[in-house]
Amino acid sequence: MNLFSFARFGAVLFKEFVQMRRDRVTFGMMIGIPIMQLLLFGFAINSDPKHLPTLVEMADDGPIARAVVMGMQTSDYFDFIGIVTSQQEGDRALREGSANFVLVVPPNFERDVVRGLNPDILLSADASDPAAASGAVAAMSGIIDTAIADVLTGPLQYTAGAPPPFSITVHRQYNAEGKTSTNIVPGLLAIILSMTMVMITAVAIVRETEKGTMEALIATPVRPAEVMLGKIIPYVLVGYVQTFVFLIAARFLFDVPFIGSRLAFFLGFNLYIIVNLALGFLISTVAKSQMQAMQISFFTLLPTILLSGFMFPFAGMPGWAQVIGTTIPATHFLRLTRKVMLKGAALPDISGDMLAISIIMLVVVVIALRRYRQTLD
Amino acid sequence: MTTEAELAIAVSGLTKRFGDRTVVDSFDMEVPKGAIYGFLGPNGSGKTTTIRMMCGLLIPDGGSGQCLGYDILTEPQQIKEHVGYMTQRFSLYEDLTIRENLDFMARMYRMKDRRSKVQKALADLGLSDRADQLAGTLSGGWKQRLSLAACLLHDPQLLLLDEPTAGVDPKARRDFWDEIRRLSAAGVTVLVSTHYMDEAIQCDYIAYIAYGKKLISGPAREIPRIIGLTTWRVEGPEISKLEAELRRTEGVDQVARFGAVLHVSGTNAKALDRVAAEQQKRKTHKWQKKDAELEEAFIYLMAGATDNFLTPAVPG
Repeated sequence: MNLFSFARFGAVLFKEFVQMRRDRVTFGMMIGIPIMQLLLFGFAINSDPKHLPTLVEMADDGPIARAVVMGMQTSDYFDFIGIVTSQQEGDRALREGSANFVLVVPPNFERDVVRGLNPDILLSADASDPAAASGAVAAMSGIIDTAIADVLTGPLQYTAGAPPPFSITVHRQYNAEGKTSTNIVPGLLAIILSMTMVMITAVAIVRETEKGTMEALIATPVRPAEVMLGKIIPYVLVGYVQTFVFLIAARFLFDVPFIGSRLAFFLGFNLYIIVNLALGFLISTVAKSQMQAMQISFFTLLPTILLSGFMFPFAGMPGWAQVIGTTIPATHFLRLTRKVMLKGAALPDISGDMLAISIIMLVVVVIALRRYRQTLD
Repeated sequence: MTTEAELAIAVSGLTKRFGDRTVVDSFDMEVPKGAIYGFLGPNGSGKTTTIRMMCGLLIPDGGSGQCLGYDILTEPQQIKEHVGYMTQRFSLYEDLTIRENLDFMARMYRMKDRRSKVQKALADLGLSDRADQLAGTLSGGWKQRLSLAACLLHDPQLLLLDEPTAGVDPKARRDFWDEIRRLSAAGVTVLVSTHYMDEAIQCDYIAYIAYGKKLISGPAREIPRIIGLTTWRVEGPEISKLEAELRRTEGVDQVARFGAVLHVSGTNAKALDRVAAEQQKRKTHKWQKKDAELEEAFIYLMAGATDNFLTPAVPG
């Protein structure tokens, strides 16, 4: 009888539900995180991305070349977004990330086909993200076969059904071996910094208010700026150490190259650290306890991992998910890091990403400062 | 009347609202320099908020005033330089050592002879040999002494103590008050909020606040007269029985027991005198009129007070 009392068990059960209901942040997380995961994994993530932005350099626009372009377009894998006139132009687009592919049709392509010289069409792919490129590349030969069936008439009739009278050469740029680690490792820096910087800052600030030490602190003549800077700078240094360790590991453990401008990287990662600290500061104005600060930080981490292009190709996500992804600082820092490390980008190549991070930072800082004023009282 | 220069604190019309709740409502107070000023009132009555407004931690929504000659609205920075504020909760860093905590506070005030000041504070506390112990490992009484030492480092002219002895044992409380009186004698003004009678009676002045409004204030001696209490001292056999009977009697507002003696008080002197006359006819107990003292006044004030939380203290 006395071994298990249902009355006592019921009381504990009831108390637990009451407490669960009172802690709104935890309750929100329990409901919110699964819904968010469901929506993101179910709708936003696509490991076989289509509609990848593609440029074309047409040195010859005969019927066969046009048929190839048409076929690629109708396959849904490629979205032709424009024409380039030189190799440099195409390379720049790949490096900046404004296009994933550049299709190059060589001069006299049509004539060489007719002559049976088996000319080459070049498909330059940005393989820094192997997952984004592989599906489209794999689909290429099928696309070509169907596309050119109708145009192989007259003197070329005999080639129908046989392998096409020209070849496609795929040039995987920036990651010739298609190694996943080459793509993941630079992206990981964005995630690591985001995870630690946001959470540590939020928790460190909330700890002072939760423990009551903030009250004694602001009763002294200390100025808010002195407190904020004094509390945040140590974590900036932590970010430096993390980045340093990361770069060493990337180079010697994973053999990931670093071919771009060090200055560009340095400026970019400082900006990124600042935006994350600002975000942590913003969370600290919302959270009432260290526990809540942790939970909210974790809540922001989920879209950072899933929608930034870190785990899944950004281009493969539907429009709405890309819009959300654009508001996440990690999205831009991730691009910046990949460009600098893998594609050899310099400062001008990353100016767009820097601008995007700056805008996000401005918004976060404005909201955080407005909230900070309210919570001082 | 005291002049401006003799007042450590002079505020009038102080008002603070949190949302649509008025926590402090047109509060006036004058604290003479060098005085120990007791601040009484039930929980949630606005004592902490008032203290925070006086030292520049909160900006009042209405009213004005000066603290140590500095405007509380425009010169909080100067006020903070000269005020020592001891919070209700232990608010030093539990994960720093005793010495590190004191050193940190000294640096907040940019003190020049920091090292020697900290050393002296440690010696005064009797903690020199435990200076490298974490503050979080100290007992309640020691934490409170450390807190006081920390807010005395910069030699403040005014001490604001928010329920400094809550949860501290009686011996430590007495030691604490010895220290307060010593500071007061040295010219430091002390404003202290408290729930305890033995602390209230040590104050030179008393203010009583409820629901954010100041109800009574004045020199401690005059408080019973201000309330208008009449008190009779009653002695005799079976005192508990009489106590129960008197509690039900009209005209008796309060029966306080001190050992075998009852102090019977009321605000209506005539009604109480009639009760006394009636009781004296029985000749069972010895009834003696006495001057109402601060003890009776304190019990009277605290008995009429209920916790002033308009909204339940449950989040959400």
